[in-house]
Amino acid sequence: MHTSFLAHAKGRYFWLAALLMVGSIVIYAMDNPTEAPNGGTWLGYALGTIGALLIVWLAYLGRRKRNFTHGWGTVKGWVSAHVYLGSSLLVVATLHTGFQFDWNVHTFTFVLMCLVIFSGLFGVFAYRTYPSARNDLKKNQTLDDIFLKVEKIDSELARLTADSSSDTKMVVSSAIERTVIGGGYRDQLFGRDHSSVVVDGNVVSNKGQQQALEFLVEKLSRTEGKENQSVGEVVRTFNTRKQLLDIIREDIRMQSTAQVWLLFHIPVTFALIAALIAHIFSVFVYR
Amino acid sequence: MIDNIYDIAVIGAGPGGLSAAAHAAELGVSHVLLESSPKIANTIQKYQKGKHVMAEPGILPLRSPIEFDAGKREAILEGWEQGIAHHNTNVRYSAEVSKIGGEKGAFTIGLVNGESVTAKHLILGIGMQGNPRQLGVAGDQASFVQYQLDDPGEYKDEVIVVVGAGDAAIENALALAPNNKVYIVNRKDEFARAKEGNLNLIMAAIESGEVECFFGTTPARIDSPTDDQHKGVFVLNTSTGEATVSVHRIIGRLGAIAPRGLVESFGIEFPNDDPNAIPALSSQYESNVPGMYVIGALGGYPLIKQAMNQGYEVVEYVLGNKVKPADHNLIAAKFLPLPFDLEVDQVLEMMQQRIPVFEHVNALQFRELMLDSDVHVVKKGRVIFSKHDYDNSFYTIFEGNVEIEVSEDIRIRSGVGNFFGEMSLISGRRRSATVIAGDECIVIETPRRTMNKLIASVDAVKRVLDQTFIVRTIQQKFAPETPIEDLMSIAEKTQINQYAPGEVIFSQGDVGDSLHFIRNGSVTVSGDLDGKEVVMSYVPANQTVGEMALLGNTTRGATVKATVKTETLSLDVESFQMLLARAPGLKERMQQVAETRSRQNIDSQFYAEEEGDLLSFLMGQGLGEATDVLLIDEGLCVACDFCEQACAATHDGTSRLNRKAGPTFAHIHVPTSCRHCEDPSCMKDCPPDAIQRGGAGGEVFIGDNCIGCGNCEQNCPYDVIQMSYETEAPSSYWKWMLFGFGEKPGKASSAGVVGENAIKKAVKCDMCMDQSGGPACVRACPTGAAARMSPEDFVDLVSVMH
Repeated sequence: MHTSFLAHAKGRYFWLAALLMVGSIVIYAMDNPTEAPNGGTWLGYALGTIGALLIVWLAYLGRRKRNFTHGWGTVKGWVSAHVYLGSSLLVVATLHTGFQFDWNVHTFTFVLMCLVIFSGLFGVFAYRTYPSARNDLKKNQTLDDIFLKVEKIDSELARLTADSSSDTKMVVSSAIERTVIGGGYRDQLFGRDHSSVVVDGNVVSNKGQQQALEFLVEKLSRTEGKENQSVGEVVRTFNTRKQLLDIIREDIRMQSTAQVWLLFHIPVTFALIAALIAHIFSVFVYR
Repeated sequence: MIDNIYDIAVIGAGPGGLSAAAHAAELGVSHVLLESSPKIANTIQKYQKGKHVMAEPGILPLRSPIEFDAGKREAILEGWEQGIAHHNTNVRYSAEVSKIGGEKGAFTIGLVNGESVTAKHLILGIGMQGNPRQLGVAGDQASFVQYQLDDPGEYKDEVIVVVGAGDAAIENALALAPNNKVYIVNRKDEFARAKEGNLNLIMAAIESGEVECFFGTTPARIDSPTDDQHKGVFVLNTSTGEATVSVHRIIGRLGAIAPRGLVESFGIEFPNDDPNAIPALSSQYESNVPGMYVIGALGGYPLIKQAMNQGYEVVEYVLGNKVKPADHNLIAAKFLPLPFDLEVDQVLEMMQQRIPVFEHVNALQFRELMLDSDVHVVKKGRVIFSKHDYDNSFYTIFEGNVEIEVSEDIRIRSGVGNFFGEMSLISGRRRSATVIAGDECIVIETPRRTMNKLIASVDAVKRVLDQTFIVRTIQQKFAPETPIEDLMSIAEKTQINQYAPGEVIFSQGDVGDSLHFIRNGSVTVSGDLDGKEVVMSYVPANQTVGEMALLGNTTRGATVKATVKTETLSLDVESFQMLLARAPGLKERMQQVAETRSRQNIDSQFYAEEEGDLLSFLMGQGLGEATDVLLIDEGLCVACDFCEQACAATHDGTSRLNRKAGPTFAHIHVPTSCRHCEDPSCMKDCPPDAIQRGGAGGEVFIGDNCIGCGNCEQNCPYDVIQMSYETEAPSSYWKWMLFGFGEKPGKASSAGVVGENAIKKAVKCDMCMDQSGGPACVRACPTGAAARMSPEDFVDLVSVMH
């Protein structure tokens, strides 16, 4: 039976995190320090220590998840704890600040931490929704399967257009040759399509295979009899190809989105740790 | 042409024949060695270049005038050539034997080329591999006609015709198609015999024009070429007349002719029609034809070293010398713990006399069995095995007795000559009872594979085991308090039924006239839901189906189908009534089980269709015979591949899991990974018996004594076994993390092969039996997508997903 990392051990870490958050809020509310609440009161130090330890432990997931031979517990359990306790850190750290914000390394550390947490929350959203969405999009097939299907259709189209008029042949073969899938980060993330096609001797954009399809549809309405039939088949096959390419592009978009947050989350974590060291150092040396 | 009368004629220059002929030569006995092919050791010649040949069994000493040691194929063949030359062995090549007549003292051996040879004694060492069936048309001896394809990449831009419609022909055609113009000639109108995967691929290739197929076509002849580009013209008889193809190459994949027909024509008898059956032989390797001896694979000894030893021994026996067989010391060592002092042969005889199941086994087979077995003198009160243990060897009681704990308060005593442990032998499942040693207990433990081989070749053994199994099953499952004698009449009327995968055992609406106890295999129970057949549940071996009808309903409430090859015991209405009369409390117990099942069906009815579809899909993937399978929930999988990386990292760098490969249905993905089948196909033919089932989780694992023969890889229907060189686990994490040294965790180190003479060994999932914490794939999955389960849990997959 499959239980997700959010439901792991009947939500044990959710309750733990909730306890931590509620506990911190209650104690903070009950606390009445002589100065305004800040990171330097006993509660401030306590929350700060908890927060710092949490940050180090949270970062350690990067090591634990690669410890295939002798890690403690399961990675799913660690991820569950990571996600819930990481979220609770938002409350713990905010209370630690006592809402004292300014243009200094302390608030900078806090902001970095928030960025890490928010990107992580996006990660949770991505990990819980994208796999299903992608699987449904591809109807239980792999991306490789779909690429193979496109390859087969390409050969099929070559066969179908072998006896077609030269302009049809040109459009179909150039559309196939000039199909662009994927690209750089932004291309993938925004699902951009730089495909092009040669129509009437000119290279034009074939985004979504639209131009080529339009040419073929027009051709269809201008032919009759046997030629019409064969163009009809080409149109249908080409349309199937277009739909498959749309699926590929959308899948790549989701895949890159589900990966890009991590490319942000990790480096910012290291920046956070560096800032955290500076923050703690400065607090004790320049106190 | 008249030849001398040789004392000994040896047929077949394999390891057995070479050894026999060389020994005869060194003793100065007149002999001839007849070999059908132009070189020695045909089967080993066909091994691929550089293949490492092992010398199993390691403990058996070699007694032969020619050398043999583990090593590369080329070295071994060269050693044999030198050996037979050194002893001046009289070998005749290209001397295929077509018939044998005459009798001991004067056998006439007719050769295919028309010559004949006469000998007083005959030794057959022709093996079981068979010869490839030839095209059988004029011109088929041409050099460009071949029956094997070692390396498809070797040929480019050729016109090649593949003749045949089986898996080999299809695979060859598909492999050659990318670089050549390939035709395939199929005698029939469809590829009926091919595996489904191959069938799909070839039909797709034909449809796309990659491969051209001549259906309903047979070869007519091969003519000389009409131009100097091609090697010849292949003339074919198609359904519409003759067709010709100018070719560079013709590959015939028409199967092999096993030598059984030939051997039977010599007068040798086989005990039954089973293709694996071996002829009955005396302890001196003599067959039912006096003066005709059989050694090597044909006699049931497929290993090279055994065949060579037998070659030596058989010549000694022919000459009337009594030699102690090569295994004598080994068996004597096994008998050391016995409390009496007798000769090895005497002890073996005593064993066969005392133990009815071994009574009808011939002395040679029994020795062979003893080599694989162990004799245990067990102290009273010691547990021999416990209920739910995963081992599956077979035990016979040589002396004393044992107590079988069928349930908490019921112990059955069993004495000399009886056997136990056969339930796991037959059904492949865990031990069904605990067995404790009684007074003066001495037992013989025989491994499952050895027993199965025996059961396949000796009918009497199968009968005894079947009969005992039936009556014991009835007692254990239905009437544990009833003495066995009272159940004998019911047992006699019990039938054993065999079902192929997918075969219907009974259909919904049929008259309910029997119940079935599933002996091995498993079944699905499906019902009609608004006109559609929906699978409702899965029932494994050691359970009963069909009893609801006998309890009162009269018509079948569901359809029961076998998922894999299944065997059942069935009891008809009359026998069942008799049983109910003799077994107090049985009716109530069965009614309770029926009630629980009905309740389960009602609970799951809402999801029945979805569940049923998913169950059908999983069964279709062969998961009916799995005991522990990795399933990936595609709704949770983020394709991080940690499961594969973890598998590699915990197994010296080679992953045994292929996550991407495999089909998906309703979000459940079945990756390519071992399922630890109940009755593992991989175990079936492992020469060193390296594949075992054991440990706490019942995992099927490949031991260190694997010799790399590749049988398991071929036999596995799910392609989960791969042959791989040993790899090294990746280096330190922190070195990689901080300094970029080495490979990242989970990747095989590029140090690669360990050692110069390294061979590829079989590897597959072993459920991380050596790791604490269990399967690494599940432990490494960050989202919970990877989970391992057994088929009994499948029904919960859908309802939980909601």
